[in-house]
Amino acid sequence: MLKHILKRLGLLIPTLFGVVTLVFFMIALAPGDPARVMLGERANAAQIEQIRQELGLDKPLIQQYGLYLSRVVRLDLGESITSGQKIKDEISERFPATIELAIWAMLFASIVGIILGVTSARKRNSWVDYTTMGGALVGVSMPVFWLGLVLIMIFSVWLDLLPTGGRMNVRYYFEPITNFYIIDGMILWITEGTPKYLVSAFQHLILPTIALGTIPLAIIARTTRSSMLEVLQQDYIKTARSAGIRERRVVYRYALRNALLPVVTVIGLQFGLLLSGAILTETVFSWPGIGKWIYVAIGARDYPAVQGGIIFISTFFVLINLVVDILYSVINPRIRMQ
Amino acid sequence: MKDTTKNTNKVLLSMEHLNFSFNIQRGVVKAVRDLSLTIREGETLTLVGESGCGKSVTAHAINQLNPMPPGEVVSGSINFKGRDLLTLPMHEIEALRGTQISMIFQEPMTALNPVFTIGSQIADVFMTHQKISKQEGLKRAVHLLDLVKIPSPETRVHSYPHQLSGGMRQRAMIAMALASPEPGLMIADEPTTALDVTIQAQILDLLNDLKSKVNMSILLITHDMGVVAEMADRVAVMYAGRKVEEADVFSIFEEPRHPYTLGLLNSLPSNQKYKGARRLEAIDGTVPDLLTIGEGCPFCNRCTFALPICSKEFPGETVITEEHSVWCHNHKAVEEIIAK
Repeated sequence: MLKHILKRLGLLIPTLFGVVTLVFFMIALAPGDPARVMLGERANAAQIEQIRQELGLDKPLIQQYGLYLSRVVRLDLGESITSGQKIKDEISERFPATIELAIWAMLFASIVGIILGVTSARKRNSWVDYTTMGGALVGVSMPVFWLGLVLIMIFSVWLDLLPTGGRMNVRYYFEPITNFYIIDGMILWITEGTPKYLVSAFQHLILPTIALGTIPLAIIARTTRSSMLEVLQQDYIKTARSAGIRERRVVYRYALRNALLPVVTVIGLQFGLLLSGAILTETVFSWPGIGKWIYVAIGARDYPAVQGGIIFISTFFVLINLVVDILYSVINPRIRMQ
Repeated sequence: MKDTTKNTNKVLLSMEHLNFSFNIQRGVVKAVRDLSLTIREGETLTLVGESGCGKSVTAHAINQLNPMPPGEVVSGSINFKGRDLLTLPMHEIEALRGTQISMIFQEPMTALNPVFTIGSQIADVFMTHQKISKQEGLKRAVHLLDLVKIPSPETRVHSYPHQLSGGMRQRAMIAMALASPEPGLMIADEPTTALDVTIQAQILDLLNDLKSKVNMSILLITHDMGVVAEMADRVAVMYAGRKVEEADVFSIFEEPRHPYTLGLLNSLPSNQKYKGARRLEAIDGTVPDLLTIGEGCPFCNRCTFALPICSKEFPGETVITEEHSVWCHNHKAVEEIIAK
């Protein structure tokens, strides 16, 4: 098992090399010039040339690539053109926000999706099934940014129930501890004796979680349903019933454990996609995460920031796939043995 | 050989005039029609017939494993230890399953859950019906695995199904079916069909052995007349959802009265007449479609003894001896053939 994990970690290196290369050249191919963006419309050619020299953009592309690669190998992602801060610091400051949102969205999507999928499968062709699957179709077709705006309009503007954006009530003086605000909120509840931070963090999470989680929820519900339908036909389900195991246990233990195999794969993939979906959600909800940061960096042609951000997300994606593989073998003993 | 004096034993289960249908989009499939069966304590009744004749539907009607809907009990009753199973609420059926009515299946490869160890699957049956700990359940599982002659049961209890051979899995299945505190009925749905011939014999021996040890009755479903000869006390022959002949095992093999039973016996490779022969005889024609089947004898389109009346109405019961009945308009003709 350990050998397997190490082998998979070793495979990270060629994957990341590919990602770095791809990201570098794709950005180089994109139109626009950071020097021009920085200096504005009225800068003259000499000024632009000077900045380009400072940024190393005057060198041949292949040489820039070599330089970048040698820095990445030394785990140096460079500095942001716009803020001058280290990319590493910018990411570590924002990443907890993204992860926190992604985890909540994924929990929401997985739990609700699996329950809906199982229920649809058990009550196949009933109104419950039709409603859920119809809803899932709508959910999967819904653009994230549009859904986000509609949620804000209904729950923040019309009903005035939830905040429109951000992570925490701006009037609260707040020094982040872990940068995961739900955890921070709990800590502060203990140390300061007031749950207001926790409540505020939770309120701010609700709408982005729903917006970000809706598409994965729909996909997970559909996958669970079809997987469950197949598993419920299996002989071993009949065996369990014939042995008097209660129906509830048959469904949630004997069937679901088997049906989860494809669902876990989907959850892993969706978690990765969520990080890119986060770019839109974070922008709509002014969520100070890595997605919104990349979005701004793209507009400013902040090459190091965009590259660093994408490399970071890619690494994370690959790691999640590894976790999925490990989970897979935990659920399925037939894989464990090989 | 078998003793046939068991007819004095108490009746364990009696199925009376069961009609079971499946309502599908294209119409109503009458899977089982007017079927009556009796199983006495300690007895093995075999249900014989070809694929799709309603054997499994009959068996699943007893512990209610048929999917309903589309399945539907149109009429009839199934009395088990004085209660009509068909009118019991689901939780009482669940309480009977695995304790007094257990079941083993045809495919040991797929009938065990691949993601749990066999020990935990057996222990789960114990824990469902009795208040015992997982530890205690596993201990009893070891005991059962030993009873079904699985070598080194203490380690096998922690094996996953895919780590066992087909024969082993079938033994594990049987062990699971034995996880019952009370002796009752074991339904064996083609328990040896998917196994090698040598393993088949071992499993059948095991079942016979266990039957005397734990005092259970067996409803054995098979299409293999060899298995019938090995196991049965009594035999019910089914064709297209109907019982066409019922007798003790000797009468079935020596004095069949129904043309279909005769056909089944004639197509056995071990039949005397095949000595030196190059081809086996088969029954001509195919099974009728249960969707469009009429009120006549279902076998009449393939029957060499058919009379004009056969396609119009199903014959009533003809009692040959106390243990032997046949449902055929022209059973006399079969009798004459046998006599020759």
